[in-house]
Amino acid sequence: MELLKRHPKLFQWLFLLVVFFTLCFAIDVPETYKFIRGQAEFIKDPNQSTYTLFGIEVRYYAFDTLWRLPPLLGWLPIWINDSLFFLLNDWMPIEIWNEDIQEYKTRPLVLQITRTLTSSMTFLIELIREILLGGVETIVTFTSWDWISENPWAKLPGLPWTVVAAGAVILGYKLSGKGLAIFAGIVMIYISIFGQWKPSMQTLSFILVAAPLSFIFGLSLGIMAFKSKRVEKILHPILLVMQTMPQYAVLVPAIVLFGVGDHAAVIITMVVAVPPMILLTLLGLRGVSPEVIEAGRMSGCNNLQLMFKVLIPTARRDILIGVNQVIMVCFSMAVISAFIGAKGLGFNLLLALNQLNIGLALEAGLCISLIAILLDKMSLAWANKQTDYFGNLTFFQRNKNTLFFAGALLIALIFAYVGSFYFKEGFNYLYEVPHNKGISTADFWNKGVDWIWDTFFYTLKIFNTWLIVDILQPMRAAYLRMPIVATFVLVMGAGYIIGGIRSAFVVGGLTLFIALSPWWDRALVTTYMATFGVIISCTIGVTVGTLCSQNEYTKNFMLAVCDIFQTFPSFVYLIPVMMLFGVTDTSVLIAVIVYATIPATRYTIEGLRSVPAALHDAGSMSGVTKVQRLLNIEFPIAFPHMMLGLNQTIVFALFMVIIGAFIGTEDLGQYILKALSDRKGAGIGLTLGICVAFIGLIFDNLIRTWVEKRKKHLGID
Amino acid sequence: MTDTVIKCNSLYKIFGTNAEKMLREANGNVDAKTFQENGCIVGVNNASFEVSRGEMLVVMGLSGSGKSTLLRCISRLTDATDGKIYIEGQDLLSLNNKELIELRRNKMGMVFQSFALLPHKTVLENIAFPLQIKGVKDQECINKAMDMVKLVGLDGRENYFPRELSGGQQQRVGIARSLAVEPDIWFLDEPFSALDPLIRKEMQDEFLRLQEKLQKTIMFITHDFDEALKLADRIAIMKDGIIEQLDTPAKIVLNPATEYVKKFTEEVPREKVLKIEDVMEKPNSENLSDLKVLKNEIIENVAEKILTQEKSVSVIDENNKIVGTLHPSKIIHTVFGGRKNKG
Repeated sequence: MELLKRHPKLFQWLFLLVVFFTLCFAIDVPETYKFIRGQAEFIKDPNQSTYTLFGIEVRYYAFDTLWRLPPLLGWLPIWINDSLFFLLNDWMPIEIWNEDIQEYKTRPLVLQITRTLTSSMTFLIELIREILLGGVETIVTFTSWDWISENPWAKLPGLPWTVVAAGAVILGYKLSGKGLAIFAGIVMIYISIFGQWKPSMQTLSFILVAAPLSFIFGLSLGIMAFKSKRVEKILHPILLVMQTMPQYAVLVPAIVLFGVGDHAAVIITMVVAVPPMILLTLLGLRGVSPEVIEAGRMSGCNNLQLMFKVLIPTARRDILIGVNQVIMVCFSMAVISAFIGAKGLGFNLLLALNQLNIGLALEAGLCISLIAILLDKMSLAWANKQTDYFGNLTFFQRNKNTLFFAGALLIALIFAYVGSFYFKEGFNYLYEVPHNKGISTADFWNKGVDWIWDTFFYTLKIFNTWLIVDILQPMRAAYLRMPIVATFVLVMGAGYIIGGIRSAFVVGGLTLFIALSPWWDRALVTTYMATFGVIISCTIGVTVGTLCSQNEYTKNFMLAVCDIFQTFPSFVYLIPVMMLFGVTDTSVLIAVIVYATIPATRYTIEGLRSVPAALHDAGSMSGVTKVQRLLNIEFPIAFPHMMLGLNQTIVFALFMVIIGAFIGTEDLGQYILKALSDRKGAGIGLTLGICVAFIGLIFDNLIRTWVEKRKKHLGID
Repeated sequence: MTDTVIKCNSLYKIFGTNAEKMLREANGNVDAKTFQENGCIVGVNNASFEVSRGEMLVVMGLSGSGKSTLLRCISRLTDATDGKIYIEGQDLLSLNNKELIELRRNKMGMVFQSFALLPHKTVLENIAFPLQIKGVKDQECINKAMDMVKLVGLDGRENYFPRELSGGQQQRVGIARSLAVEPDIWFLDEPFSALDPLIRKEMQDEFLRLQEKLQKTIMFITHDFDEALKLADRIAIMKDGIIEQLDTPAKIVLNPATEYVKKFTEEVPREKVLKIEDVMEKPNSENLSDLKVLKNEIIENVAEKILTQEKSVSVIDENNKIVGTLHPSKIIHTVFGGRKNKG
């Protein structure tokens, strides 16, 4: 009784668990239940039940509602699809003047809008691409194909790789100094020598369009949300869902709206990259102290000056993190959007993985990661750079970078020209190293993989079998064994204990959506994989984070490592694990673990760092040992921040589980991947995406509510 | 004749959604309690006063008394709910945004409690900021800002960033920035409250030196009564949005208008605040000692000389003209008399 009074929450949790397990054992698995055809699969079978809603017939296997709910939302994907098609093909036709046939043509409004967007994106990408690689399409845009065939000279020549490399070095030097310049040089030379120039420049042109556009849109929307409560209210739920929506899922509707190719990829990238930018802009602007704003006003700033000279520079730190995120997402999407036909390194990477050519995949992955790190560092340096207004410089000093670039351009052009005489066989290595003529280490890596397989085959296989048979299969079976009613009790009960009745209904509602969708079983599999990944990641992350926090040097080292790992496009993580474990669930899970350990480690370190020095001193004066200090002082204070890390870990894990579908899983991700190649997949893809987002949001809601309460309790703002 | 720079007429600032409606219904009789019950918070309640050119008005009050709100109404950082404000005869509340910006760019300067420096700009850039905003040429900005750096004694640190400076130095930057456009009116919102006591005293002396030189019209906010006494030409004491008393330091110390004001004045060492002219009597023909004291001398400085006299001493002005007399017993009475009810 004494214990009950002291820890009322503990007993609530115990009670909840008891009810949960009782329900689990009390409700038997129906005899007809089989995982694979458990829910609506759109195959006809006399055992199925049907219902019709909005003119759409849904077929499903009926079970006791305590075991599984009927897929009452089964019509939703089809309905979304039909609405999308209606919007695109029939809604609001308008008259458009057509140049080619010299008459008006009717086109639906939405189609016209998407086509206009598409063509402007294509133009931007092609422009940059042709500056880097050469081509005719930009000129075609202003003239016509006929004109081009009559004037064969009219063609953007494309810059020799030496010019681009020199440009990168000079830019790096200007932004931050020698270190970045050397790094930029190494990256560019590496890309070129290894024959990845063309796909790299294709990817780069994609990023150079997507990243600035996302930045501008995110910043402006963030500013709008900061200025108007109403905009913020409208944006908030969309942002929440987008934060946890897997990037795959957005691809599917995009194909319907924008077609296939680089332009669609840019638009999708913006859809994914803008939300974090908005959130961080908003966070930064909110954080500016009111006195600084008043100081700006009293200095006589008008609204524009106040925004751009006071608010944004003062909020720079958070906005910078936003820029970072944008670049990260862009590279991540550069790979993923290869699924919808974007060219570049991503496409090569995907192709190589499909052929199980690990060596090639590794090269492409390394390239894209290097470019990602380079752009990330450059953007950081750019934002941190001080403008020297008060420089009293000579013409040479002021324009030395431009002059150097002009010089480099000239020299490189001469080299390229000389090269065209020297390399007579058709490949001018001083202009562009062609794809198959560069040095390739693919064979080396492939041999390495073979060697690993030959040498460690049994060890790996034993580990693999043990993991799958003894841990993963039972865990999966346990998740699937949960009757729906028990799941609701568990989720809503947790919501109630943590955040009261309101929280219980929010998480209950989110769960209900998934339960009524036709993919409840798949969602359980997704959750099981994510849970497994999160548990291991957190164990590793917290341990590593805590150990590294003991010492200033290791702490900063670890944070830097996290920074670099975070810059890698998520897809790249699949390469090494496939190298070791081949195409199995284990590979996916290990990729999940590696990827999700990053936020777990980072937040642990940051949380421990935020413990005030005075508390350390107070502890020391009370005579605590290192372990006592950790357990009694540091962990309790750092715990709320570490829980936010858990939140991020879950989101990262879910993302990776979904991406893992590429290797072959049987969860929601697999269905999203299938929807990509389905003509009517848009609705399915979107609904699946929402399901995954909701899984994330359930955890997000619970953790955030707990953290807020805890922080209030501890008096941390 | 003095010329009025700031003039306030029954100024109200009430926070809350239906503040204006409630104020109209209250008919000029605002009671903080009833407003609070209806979800409104009274910031400033019927404030009327004037500040003349070159005068320093110190607004003193504890936290939540509405002193900062009053200042923000007068600088129009918040809009007053009702009442009139005139800056050099111009109706402040009728100005449009453009005119307001123009006014701030040329006539007003403000210093903030937490310094409110821009973290991404150096000392020099921070000080030059209002000038740049105004559109002054770069070279002119630097020269002007450099003058200001020298004025507040930060030479040699102009290329530091705010985070590299101590609190006192940061506030010097804040002061320099507020003076960069050479404003006529200078608002200071608890400028020294965030500083250590010794630095605070140093900054107060520095501030008095600056004011001696610049002769700005000043509204100075503080929660420190001693600071108010030290700096003010006149003090306004605020409580719950109401100005309880507005007068010269001496008159407030000698004749506190309300119980609330009295609580502040009880602890004040009067000999350090009052001047001879505050306690002298009218000149009369009784026989005087040979000692002559200047009328604007602080009592503490001349007390020893006066108290060793037996007869009244004569009080003279700068022109050596006798303007009053003072009996030693009056000093004893003033300095020690007021405290009889304390144990």
